[in-house]
Amino acid sequence: MRKVSEIVEFCQELCEDLTFAAAREWKDAEPGRKVVGYMPVYVPRELIHAGGMLPLGILGGGDNLEVIHGDAYYQSYICRIPRSTVELAVTKRLDFVDGMLFPSICDVIRNLSGMWKMMFPEVYTRYFDVPQNYKDEIGGNYYEHELMELKQGLEGVCGRKIGDDDLRRSIAVYNENRRLVNAVYDFRTREPWKAPSWEVYLLIRAGMVLPVEAHSQLIEEYLAAAEAEDRPMRDNCRIILQGSFCEQPPLNLIKSIELAGCYIVDDDYMLVTRWLLEDVPSDGDPIRNLAQAFIKHSTETAAKYEPDGARKGKYLVDAVRTRAAEGVIFAAPSFCDPALAGRNIRRHHQTVG
Amino acid sequence: MSTATERDEVVKEPSMLKQKEMIADNYDRLTRAQELGLKVSSTYVPGNLNELVMCFDMLNNLPEINAIQNGMRKKSGGLIMDAEKMGHSEDVCTYVKADIGNMAKGAIAPNGKPMPVPDLLLLSYTGCFTFMKWFELLRDQYGCRTVMLHVPYEGDGKITQNMRDYVVKQLKEEVIPTFEEVSGVKFDIDRLREYLRKSAEAEDNFVWVLESAKSKPSPIDAYFGGVFYIGPIFTAFRGTDDAVEYYEILRKEIEGRLAAGEGPVTPEGDMSEEKYRLVVEGPPNWTSFRDFWKMFYDEGAVVVASTYTKVGGVYDYDGFRHDPDKPLESLADYCLGCYTNRNLPTRVDMIESYIDQYEADGFLVNSIKSCNSFSAGQLMMMREVEKRTGKPAAFIETDLVDPRYFSPANVKNRLESYFQMIEQKRRGGGPPARAA
Repeated sequence: MRKVSEIVEFCQELCEDLTFAAAREWKDAEPGRKVVGYMPVYVPRELIHAGGMLPLGILGGGDNLEVIHGDAYYQSYICRIPRSTVELAVTKRLDFVDGMLFPSICDVIRNLSGMWKMMFPEVYTRYFDVPQNYKDEIGGNYYEHELMELKQGLEGVCGRKIGDDDLRRSIAVYNENRRLVNAVYDFRTREPWKAPSWEVYLLIRAGMVLPVEAHSQLIEEYLAAAEAEDRPMRDNCRIILQGSFCEQPPLNLIKSIELAGCYIVDDDYMLVTRWLLEDVPSDGDPIRNLAQAFIKHSTETAAKYEPDGARKGKYLVDAVRTRAAEGVIFAAPSFCDPALAGRNIRRHHQTVG
Repeated sequence: MSTATERDEVVKEPSMLKQKEMIADNYDRLTRAQELGLKVSSTYVPGNLNELVMCFDMLNNLPEINAIQNGMRKKSGGLIMDAEKMGHSEDVCTYVKADIGNMAKGAIAPNGKPMPVPDLLLLSYTGCFTFMKWFELLRDQYGCRTVMLHVPYEGDGKITQNMRDYVVKQLKEEVIPTFEEVSGVKFDIDRLREYLRKSAEAEDNFVWVLESAKSKPSPIDAYFGGVFYIGPIFTAFRGTDDAVEYYEILRKEIEGRLAAGEGPVTPEGDMSEEKYRLVVEGPPNWTSFRDFWKMFYDEGAVVVASTYTKVGGVYDYDGFRHDPDKPLESLADYCLGCYTNRNLPTRVDMIESYIDQYEADGFLVNSIKSCNSFSAGQLMMMREVEKRTGKPAAFIETDLVDPRYFSPANVKNRLESYFQMIEQKRRGGGPPARAA
């Protein structure tokens, strides 16, 4: 069994590798394999996986990438994730990616989908819209059709039909992965000294580039190793970090917060791994099940409309209670409209809650 | 007709006087809503459902129009700073902050009277994610009923039946029942049809006015003048007799200008010589609107087509009209088809067609800090349009209603250099060859 430090080192290498070597290796291992990239905040990765393809989370270039070409595409007042993603693409770091999905999160990512269509007409590119209405017959019905359209598009990429059984199997695999991710978060809540957030971050981030089965195995390995390791408990305060659901923070920011005396007991990094709050049934109509899971049991974030004003921000109040947090740090990236425009409401609800 | 050099005061044509009267009357009714026993719905310009709102005898209040009004009256700067002091980020849309700042000061309308608290927030928005956040803030502030109409984005450049069905279903099962409850008025689809018929009538004349700019010289400025022409059709007047009348008056005026071979009316009179014909992408700056416009007409630059005048509905490019025979479907198509709800490749196609059809000399982007919906991707759009048309393009940066982001000297410099660039291209032997 690997030690925690070895697992974390492996994850850090994956995180810092701007060539996406792991995903390239996966693709090259068998002829005909395809890779489909996706941006934050949520896409149903089960559909990609069911087509035998690798879902690849693209979170921009991070702080290790010098953006040169990307700046020619964006004005100074637009956030960094699209410009560093363009940088990755024009420097051919994403030249092995066969499809790109741009989820409904903000106007910048939305418009990037159109840019991608113009820049890479040979790549399957889709703006992936999700309903802001959560009634079965309205938003649910619309979303099922959208999922069907996405499935058809992905079938064009992988070159075969994606059957219901394929999809049911993938749903089960991702249910397991979500359970494990949640187990890591719960473990950190219970014993944050044993699972520092910079480690947890790297561990979950590895799931952006690894096949889901390998990621699940990695999490199990980490949980066992971290549990076994003896680490001192410190007199740190327990905080929740909010606002980085799209562009991810530099690793050193997380480390700095921890070094400053905080245990980060919850966050909104890489929400795609925890977007669905309950297992998706792995029997019955898989498309309907995915649609229902989204409209009935998905997490709240700034990119999602909450019809009940009284419930707005409640998730954060609840998280403070369930995670026994002592404070919340709002750390949104510059120029992030969804995070910054909603910050005052969440802060207000947090204070009164 | 007098010229810009002959008189300094703002020229008022009959259509302008008519619109001024309509706006004053609308603000008067809004600020006296309680006294008049009228209920108020707040909603947005892009994808606004004015005809539907009127079916319930309710008034339509548009927060971004209030922000524009405060911008043009030079009040928005202070309001934005007030909002920032309340904790709103510098990076957030300035329409939102101007509105929040205004609310904190009692939500004063342009007539100096306080705006009513809305009875309903109709979160009907198209092509702008920030609108959703804005209404969450308003909902939090007012605590009034809210109904959402989610309009999907045309990611693949077309309206699918699924999108249309989704919007229609929301109208039938969410929006209309909520309006009935709030207003106490039963929905009458024939009433909606009648309003839509009037909308289409006005839209025909509106499009005629926009397309008059194909003439040389253009009798209109389709950007600076255009923002006045879109006033009634984009706001609380679409579907009314007033709007029908306004566009009839406007059309007659433009017909007269065309017959006389006259150029556009500017705030300083008629523009004497048309030197440059431009297509402009992006909203204008409102805090220095007149100074900004002057930088164009002083140089003989006329905007013959603009994308901003399509933000509240695209009526020219693919011929959309509100259709009384398909009332709800037509409202859905209207919402789905607004300019910023169309994907970037479609926007580029549209601009290219304007440059061709209006025989423009160049393409200018006014990139707005506050508006990612418009701005994200504009640099690439500019390069693509330049490549396809061979026409020189230029890029300037300003903001909607935050005066801190309007730098007159920089903008003027850029524009003057740009006009020189167009001249140089001309001296180089006529229009450059089209890119393959």
